[in-house]
Amino acid sequence: MLDYEKDIAELRDKIEDLRKFAQERNADFSDEIGILEAKIAKMEATALTNMSAMDKLTLSRMIERPTTLDYIEKIFDDFIEFHGDRRFRDDPSIVGGIARLNGMPVTVIGHQKGRNTKENVQRNFGMPNPEGFRKALRLMQQAEKFHRPIICFVDTPGADPGIGAEERGQGEAIATNLMMMSTMKTPIIAVVIGEGGSGGALALSVADEIWMLEHAIYSILSPEGFASILWKDASRAREAAERIKITAQDLHKLGIIDKILPEPVGGAHKSLDEMAATIKEYLIKVPFTERLGNIDELVKERYDKYRKIGVFLA
Amino acid sequence: MPNKFNFFNKKPRYIELPINPQMQQQQQKSLPPNADTAVGENGAPPAIPDGLWIKCDFCGELLYKKDFAADLKVCKNCGHHYRMNAQERLEMIVDEDTFNEFNAGLISLNPLDFDGYDKKLLALREKTGMNEAVVTGYGKIDGYDAVIGVMDSNFIMGSMGSVVGEKVTRAFEYAAEKKLPIIIFTASGGARMQEGMFSLMQMAKTSAAAGFCAQAGQLYITVLTDPTTGGVTASFAMLGDILLSEPQALIGFAGKRVGEQTIGQKLPEGFQTAEFLLEHGFIDQIVARKDMKATLAQLLALHVKN
Repeated sequence: MLDYEKDIAELRDKIEDLRKFAQERNADFSDEIGILEAKIAKMEATALTNMSAMDKLTLSRMIERPTTLDYIEKIFDDFIEFHGDRRFRDDPSIVGGIARLNGMPVTVIGHQKGRNTKENVQRNFGMPNPEGFRKALRLMQQAEKFHRPIICFVDTPGADPGIGAEERGQGEAIATNLMMMSTMKTPIIAVVIGEGGSGGALALSVADEIWMLEHAIYSILSPEGFASILWKDASRAREAAERIKITAQDLHKLGIIDKILPEPVGGAHKSLDEMAATIKEYLIKVPFTERLGNIDELVKERYDKYRKIGVFLA
Repeated sequence: MPNKFNFFNKKPRYIELPINPQMQQQQQKSLPPNADTAVGENGAPPAIPDGLWIKCDFCGELLYKKDFAADLKVCKNCGHHYRMNAQERLEMIVDEDTFNEFNAGLISLNPLDFDGYDKKLLALREKTGMNEAVVTGYGKIDGYDAVIGVMDSNFIMGSMGSVVGEKVTRAFEYAAEKKLPIIIFTASGGARMQEGMFSLMQMAKTSAAAGFCAQAGQLYITVLTDPTTGGVTASFAMLGDILLSEPQALIGFAGKRVGEQTIGQKLPEGFQTAEFLLEHGFIDQIVARKDMKATLAQLLALHVKN
């Protein structure tokens, strides 16, 4: 629960107490209750527009936040999931397959966090191993072969930093995705739906357009990791979150991402239907057929999009 | 062996003894050039001449400074390869007077207004004489033309921000355009934290450029040196047609501290080394420093197009 949600819950309890008290004593507290309710409405309206980066980080990581599979079910038809990288194993922290978007066949790939503790353990908290990135690449190459647009949902704390990941070439797996995606001859849209964590997020977001949900974040490293590297103190994560510009709003201003998709009041988890409808509405507007018709142009534009990123004095 | 992974906070691995000019003069006269076996007059144990000797941090061997330089900063006793700066590396690899540097004037800005970053950049520019953590250019290796990039871990741990990303990208594009092979010596802690997402995006930019160069059919050789980790490992460093490494170099994806923080488990020592990568099939060869130039020349020769 976010700070403001706790405050609101407290106020609601107070209102409930007042109502009970009024009934017991047969007294009229409607004025007081009216004031409190107005206060709640105001808090709800302003809280989300003034959210701190840390609040957004918390929101983006909430267990209630809809995941890739939740969106796939709501946005697409005829989804069939495909498994495995044909090299080592199936990585459950990345899901992918084919489906229809408003009738058009597409390939959908995304990081998959668990929706409860048990599933989170099974899905490694959405932290892919090399085989996950290699599965994603396999599905992308398949999409390219059949001229299907690719839609990537990004939601990961980062690539798994463990021993197995190093043994199987985490760096090589990510690097290969970055290179192959940059020349992939089919349209790619990446949507950051929750937490965009570092290289593990980037490995699914070299795209023609990068979108972010309103309260999603995208960062070079988790603010905890950032604080640990730069200040040797992971407890300064809140400070890091504010300083390294991780919110959709900041990244849009910096020209790193292309679109911000509005979330329902209170965040995507308050209404999956509404959020999914918004994403679908944006996806349907993308001129995929036209882009497939000018694919060389599109790939060149994708190269130029990343080519231009950087701030320096020549 | 000291902790190899704590590279963000690493002190130089050799001790430089203070110079006493009088002593130095005396010793220079009396010591033969190959002084490690020398004994003092009357068979007394050798005096340690100040400033002429360094002590290997790994095996404790005293090394005569001139020998150590002639051995390309490799301990002649234990074979440890000490880090080289970009200048030393270029002198070792590139034929004399053939190197033309590209884009030396590119300078990092502070896009996120990160406290202290400007000052740090300024101080490092003065201290290292370099503008950024990578030197790129064109040169000859045993007569063979190549685009060459050399990273330098003395500059914010060789981290990749906008300028490093831009210079590496331009080097790939130059190689593609001029139909030249490209060799990059990597040495980096990863993406540069102070530039936030701009740095992360350099991973995509440099990897795309490596792809562009590959599509143009040009040879790309990566030489991984100590340390190569994080965002550089996960981008252009791993994309070479041929991947070489120096012995014992630290190479990996996750830094130790981040890894332990995230997975809450101690990582074993020695698992992110060149030898580990060779064993797991991620690099082609480990090449000792003394053989590096000849090996590169051999590889370039085998790729000459008729």
